[in-house]
Amino acid sequence: MSPVSRTNSQLVYDALKASGVRLISALPETWLVHLVRLADDDPDMTLVRLAKEEEGVGISAGAHLAGVRSAMLMQNHGLLASINGIVSGAQLYRIPLLMIISHRGSFGERDPWQTEGGAVTEDLLRALRIPCAVLDSPAHIAPRIGKAQTLAYASNKPVALLLDRDLMWEDPT
Amino acid sequence: MTRLDALKAIYPSLDDVVVVTIMGAVAAELQSIGHRPNFFYLQHAMGLASSMGLGIALARPELPVVVFDGDGSVLMNLGGLTTLARYRPKNLVHVIFDNESLLSVGGFPTATATGSDLAAIAAAAGVPRTATVRTLEEFVAAFDAARRANELTCLVAKVDAVGPAAFVTDLGLLENRFQFQRYLRERSKAFTT
Repeated sequence: MSPVSRTNSQLVYDALKASGVRLISALPETWLVHLVRLADDDPDMTLVRLAKEEEGVGISAGAHLAGVRSAMLMQNHGLLASINGIVSGAQLYRIPLLMIISHRGSFGERDPWQTEGGAVTEDLLRALRIPCAVLDSPAHIAPRIGKAQTLAYASNKPVALLLDRDLMWEDPT
Repeated sequence: MTRLDALKAIYPSLDDVVVVTIMGAVAAELQSIGHRPNFFYLQHAMGLASSMGLGIALARPELPVVVFDGDGSVLMNLGGLTTLARYRPKNLVHVIFDNESLLSVGGFPTATATGSDLAAIAAAAGVPRTATVRTLEEFVAAFDAARRANELTCLVAKVDAVGPAAFVTDLGLLENRFQFQRYLRERSKAFTT
């Protein structure tokens, strides 16, 4: 049994649906397995599996201009791999872009290879002036995703939500 | 074949087509022929024009979508070809103008100058229809066939490494973006956002 939280993944997925998301682009990682499966199993959701996360910025931009709300599901290293598309695509062209990012490499991380990315993620989002909040408790999921989407559309800009270890990982550490 | 002549030859057939182009020469040349509200020019984010085309094609399967890409841009997002092939939207035609160089920054040769074959890469990625054309007549025929095919097509057009004198045009980036969005909204009955 994977220690990734099914319950909280379902809450995140339900909140994305409630915020109007109908297209999800994703590059799977451990914490996102249930979310990707939920999107894949949902006939009302278009799931686009990516080769690299930056593609998702272009796909979301196209979907937005064509009238479909979308979200990107990725690891924080996927955010690192998407920076040019975010800056010279989504920010340059004022695209609302909801990014759901698993925050690997924070407190409790056991994989040494995740630790550098974890240390720079929040500073990076701040440097890019991307509004960001952490999802670390089930009670916050629905309101924060809803409000993030509202801000993305009001500002026509990217917003980010960081999926915290305490939310996604049920193994006691 | 020049890219400008190729664009001029098919321009009349782009009336009702949702067009996404890359930055630089392609955007400037298409605008020099005549901007239309159904044309969007991605003036940066190199590599992502095809991803935007995919997003539009998936969001609006009833609309014909054409992406005008370039060898330098495609080489920055080769993985995107596998994503296009995976979802293979029937309403998307992916044209790659291959001049074997990064023309707008001084003409440095790309890997297609030393033998990398983008149509073969697209075919191997799983794109169902691919072709490479070298003359204007071949290009026009292949483009028209792709429009009628109702299947994802990647059309590589080998073109001369010549471009416009200037790349900045009178059309503001955001003016283009909001006009294009409005065009899509007005053409769509089931607009959801």
